[in-house]
Amino acid sequence: MERRWTLYDPRLAWMLVAPVLLLLIFFLVLPIAVMAAYTFFTFVTAGVETSALTTANWHEFFTDSYYSGFLLKTLRVGAITALLCGVLGYFPAYFIWATTFKHKWLLLLLLIVPFWISFTIRTFSWINILGEQGVINVALPKLGIINEPLPMLYNEGAVILGMLHFLLPYMILNVYVSLEGIDRTLISAARSMGCTSAQAFREVTLPLSLPGLAAGLLLCFVLAAGSYVTPQLLGSGRDALFGNLIYDTIMGELNWPMGATLSIVLFVVLGFFAAIYTRYMGMSQIVKGLAG
Amino acid sequence: MKLTNSKRLERLQDRYMNGGVSRRTFLTLTAAAAAAAGLDMPWMRQALAAVEQVRFDGWGGTVQDAIDKYAFQPYTAKTKIKVVQGTFGDEDEIITKIKTAKPGDYQVIHSSGVNYYIKYVNGGLTSEINEANIPNMVNVLQPMIEPFRKLTPKLSAVPYDYGTTGIAYNTKVISPEEAKQKGAALLLDKKYAGKVGGYDDMTTRVWYAALATGQDPNNIKDMDAIWAKVRETRDLAKKFWSSGAELMDLLSKGEIVVTDAWSGRVAALQDQGHPIGYLDPAGSYAWMEDMLILKGSPMAECEELINFMLDPATSIAVAEGQSYPPSLDPTKVKLTEKIEKLPAFDKTGTMKTLTFADPVYWATNEDAWTKQWNRISKGA
Repeated sequence: MERRWTLYDPRLAWMLVAPVLLLLIFFLVLPIAVMAAYTFFTFVTAGVETSALTTANWHEFFTDSYYSGFLLKTLRVGAITALLCGVLGYFPAYFIWATTFKHKWLLLLLLIVPFWISFTIRTFSWINILGEQGVINVALPKLGIINEPLPMLYNEGAVILGMLHFLLPYMILNVYVSLEGIDRTLISAARSMGCTSAQAFREVTLPLSLPGLAAGLLLCFVLAAGSYVTPQLLGSGRDALFGNLIYDTIMGELNWPMGATLSIVLFVVLGFFAAIYTRYMGMSQIVKGLAG
Repeated sequence: MKLTNSKRLERLQDRYMNGGVSRRTFLTLTAAAAAAAGLDMPWMRQALAAVEQVRFDGWGGTVQDAIDKYAFQPYTAKTKIKVVQGTFGDEDEIITKIKTAKPGDYQVIHSSGVNYYIKYVNGGLTSEINEANIPNMVNVLQPMIEPFRKLTPKLSAVPYDYGTTGIAYNTKVISPEEAKQKGAALLLDKKYAGKVGGYDDMTTRVWYAALATGQDPNNIKDMDAIWAKVRETRDLAKKFWSSGAELMDLLSKGEIVVTDAWSGRVAALQDQGHPIGYLDPAGSYAWMEDMLILKGSPMAECEELINFMLDPATSIAVAEGQSYPPSLDPTKVKLTEKIEKLPAFDKTGTMKTLTFADPVYWATNEDAWTKQWNRISKGA
């Protein structure tokens, strides 16, 4: 029988996916491979390294508690940020989904509006809100509520706040898309069988929206743990995350082999979490959450 | 300025010698130029008139604004060669970018003197300037040129300005009398805990710790005492700034009331009317800046640009604009009253009143100390 092209022909699928695969190979896999090779290069002095192979960089990473301490701290801050995003982001997403407001698109547009402004400028704006001369510290003494300015800037709280500001829209959109995928007749059915509104939410809406919430948590965690700019602008040196360590090693010490080692470590650790997550949640669930 | 073909060929040769063009391109363009003697085709003119712009990277802010306004814009008006500009907050940042770029992508750097010059030399990033093409170098302070020449007899950079990293303080909180009395110790005054700032830079931190422990910053004997002082400042500090713009922002918004600071940036704040005082304590950290031409740059055009920048009229205008004294020798060139009043200005031309970092001593310790400072700054 003559073999003919069909709509779901694997050859066609490979042809269609080939450009993206090539892009991924050349711009993702290959750079990571080069970076992995760099981890075995020898650092000579600032800005100078040789291709003489050594395991010194890995030895330093595994034997120096400074690095593991920062890695754990980064994972902690990433997890706190992701959880806060989940708690704070679910309700707006639910509200947008449940509202009968005629122009719902306006609410969704409001979510996207912050992306029209540079991320760095949005982060800097917190300095004018939380700083010694910021809105809060100027207004509260005038209202007689405080005598001394509140130390709200350049600490871990400010860093987490800045990351929440940046990541919340991602969480809300993920949860919203997941909620939009729920068949509303299921909720009506639950109500008709005697469920209260709260019970219908707990038994039907919440479980069915979990893939979106899970996808949002993973996304927020990975982005927060890999963050560099926010701790740099809103935190003190002590509030630095692993990304800042990588920056200092590459840009400050001009030690590319060690910087590459730290970069690969962060890549592997975050990849490990994504893999575990996928193992127990199922990638299809996450993709479903992302795609709706 | 209209260039002759022979001048263009000389420049082409310079670029080839400095690695800016490949052998193949060089031979192709030379052959085209040779043929042009008899055949003047339009495409050959295009091939020869390759350099229409020079790339410059500097510190941004008020400093680069002044250079752009008083040097680059007049230079472009005169020569039609455009100066494309980039900025950086930290010079290590631009060195990283240069390392990842191909020769010629970055050309002229407003570099932080001899300490950084070593890094470019070690990285094989330097060029060789033809000093005959920069006649205005005759006015440049010899004590500023000599440290560079010790590292590379054939220079890749020309000193352009200098300044100090002294102590800046908010005069609404700290009186000039108190500042004068305490000097560098202000950075360690517990009274200002949480309101202290500092440059996020190993050299500055170690330098001021050396002054605080009574040691010679160019011959430190007790590093443990230095790191203890660095930690002390860290614990009192609200924020270590990493760019001139951030320094000005922190000081002007009152986030910090005392910090080590770049003299020119403080002068700019004072010009804007902010209540900021400045003093250079004994042994204050002096530094110089230079215009460094990188390997692979169009040498003749870059040299021409630097010569233009060193012209006394241009250099003085830039110095007044950026609030840093120029590298011009005051015994050879009559400088203005405004420049003579700038912080760090040395009227003798010997630079003996200023304490510069010994480049070899600091380069020897740079890697280990930078690593240690990066750790301490993060709470270690």
